[in-house]
Amino acid sequence: MLWIERQRYFIDFALSSLMRRWRKNIALVIVYTLVVFILASIVFFTQAIKREACTVLEGSPDIIVQRLVAGRQDLIPARYADELRKITGVSEVRGRLWAYYFDPASSANYTVISTERPGRDEGCVLMGQGVARSMHAGKGDLIAIRGHDGSYQSFEVKDTFSSGSELVSADLIEMSGKDFRGLFGIQEAYFTDITMKVRNAQERTVVSRKVLNILPDTRPILRDEILRTYETAFAWRSGILLIIFTGSILAFLIFAWDKATSLSIEEKREIGILKAIGWDTGEVIVLKSWEGLIISLSSFLAGIIFAYIHVFFASSTIFEPVLKGWAVVYPRFRLVPSIDPYQITTLLFLTVLPYTIATIIPSWIASAIEPDSAMRL
Amino acid sequence: MIIDPAVIALFTGSFLVSLIILIASWLGLQIVMFWNLQCGSEKQLELEKWTYLVSTLMAYAFGFEILSLFLFVYTTDSLHNLFIGAMCAAGTLNTGTFGYHTLGIKILILILAGVWLVMNHVDGQAGDYPLIRKKYIFLLVIAPLVLLEGFLQSAYFLSLKADVITSCCGSLFSSSQTYGESPLSLMIGFPAGYLQAAFYGSAFLSSGLGFFYYRGFNKLGWFFTISSTGFFLISVFSLISFVSLYFYELPTHHCPFCILQREYYFIGYLLYGMLFGGVISGAGAGILSPFRKIGSLQGPLPIVQRRLTMTSLFLNFFFVAIVTWQMWHSNLVIDR
Repeated sequence: MLWIERQRYFIDFALSSLMRRWRKNIALVIVYTLVVFILASIVFFTQAIKREACTVLEGSPDIIVQRLVAGRQDLIPARYADELRKITGVSEVRGRLWAYYFDPASSANYTVISTERPGRDEGCVLMGQGVARSMHAGKGDLIAIRGHDGSYQSFEVKDTFSSGSELVSADLIEMSGKDFRGLFGIQEAYFTDITMKVRNAQERTVVSRKVLNILPDTRPILRDEILRTYETAFAWRSGILLIIFTGSILAFLIFAWDKATSLSIEEKREIGILKAIGWDTGEVIVLKSWEGLIISLSSFLAGIIFAYIHVFFASSTIFEPVLKGWAVVYPRFRLVPSIDPYQITTLLFLTVLPYTIATIIPSWIASAIEPDSAMRL
Repeated sequence: MIIDPAVIALFTGSFLVSLIILIASWLGLQIVMFWNLQCGSEKQLELEKWTYLVSTLMAYAFGFEILSLFLFVYTTDSLHNLFIGAMCAAGTLNTGTFGYHTLGIKILILILAGVWLVMNHVDGQAGDYPLIRKKYIFLLVIAPLVLLEGFLQSAYFLSLKADVITSCCGSLFSSSQTYGESPLSLMIGFPAGYLQAAFYGSAFLSSGLGFFYYRGFNKLGWFFTISSTGFFLISVFSLISFVSLYFYELPTHHCPFCILQREYYFIGYLLYGMLFGGVISGAGAGILSPFRKIGSLQGPLPIVQRRLTMTSLFLNFFFVAIVTWQMWHSNLVIDR
């Protein structure tokens, strides 16, 4: 208990001494907060978007089988699906029809898909919120899509997808299989790719090996692989951004070092008096450490709070284009707020650790001042 | 190499900690060579001031080493998605080269740095710095280990390569690469019956020695150090070999990292915290016993030693109690 009491007095003293020199410290706190804010925004955004990708991919098929012709993806014959159904452990095999469509009017690329769901009327489409925005179309409107033969076909917008699914459905146009084949000129015997479901998750790799054996001109893509690729891509992007900001961290460290070494005559005299009335060097170092810690923790906390607001409530306006990528039709979505101790420790290592190390030696130099020489200043 | 914020943070951390350890050991070397308390020269006064700087540097380095161990385990755990077949930190550590070596050396540094701080604290209690040369020689032993840790960690992260989709055939073929046998599998293979006996035996021996040492049998100091270090090692083995099974309630799951997860109420942090606290205070208490003869330490040293011994006994007792309680109440029953 005695130890805690002692530290309380130290904190008290450190706070009052920081307040006395608030003009000098405020600049440091502002720059420090800004550095934490930038790094925390990057880290929070990456983590949240990775989680979002995981959630989105949870509903995707276990394995996607694509056909490759001369190294390029090509349409896959429908009979391949029958071959795939014979593999033990496969619970469902479906042909998928999807395509990209470039709309010259809005200069945007859309994804057109077809589903075999019942009630998908011919001549009608469903569209994502992003498409609706860029085409200025709503429920009941007619839209025209240019087909493979150059002629335009018109479709009625039956409905739009809910904004909750926007991350996946922003650029989506959904239509019936017959319309799709007619529009893009794809024969009945072909699909874009084939999806498979495997009952036992641990057998996915084995099943995809079998796919390769049976159909050597295909490439099976596992859902886990897509996830891994997303994770690496986002981690890489945020890592590169962090490396770019290393310059600003270094500038901040030089600033912090400079602040810590340039003691005013008043400060030196203060330390001199403290030592003259009986404080030893160790105690002055503790006092200086507390001062550093108070500055660090308050700036760190402020930086993290601002970053939290920036990423989760303001859609990370500053870094959005770099981290998310960009497109004409881009989903509007709000990330689910979450922070864990892992991110906080990462940020501590990137900001508080360098700051602390940059200020240890200056605070030791300050505390090792001889009382008589300090008071004579 | 994988560029991830946490990996960059670990790189930065290890670089900066290596830097301050290098400064501390350079100053330590000067002190070892030129320290002479009887002399009032300017050099000696300077050296005395340096001792404060070294203590501060080491205290910070130790603090960051604790955080770095946590961040390292957590990072390897979060990277497991990137590798085929890795399900948690155990898999990721096995993926590149030097994964387990890095973890091992981090644990070793943590224990040694803890003992160094205990020694430093005791030295500060006496007015004439009786342990100054010894503690700085000890620091010169720790310093190369910290540099080695930085090297191994860098080599490990540089050797990692994510299994991502490639343009030809997905990443399927990369799964055929083999990563060698994990050190964990060696521990799992050890007969659990013997290990259980060794676990309770060493707990009993270590607490018995600790009790008598606490009561003033000063000659048992080194035995207590050895027994508490032994208990630490056997406990880590046991945690992997049989204790973890009762936490996971799965007879095949031996992972030492999954108990750190939310699903197990983060109990791993408590268990590992107690093990580290126990071994640092136990080893520290015993190692200090030869210095009781030094005049200026005769007053403060026994008090510090008694406190350390008590701390070690308490932490080890609660560790054994939690583990035993879990084995007793777990839904898993293993008939041997």
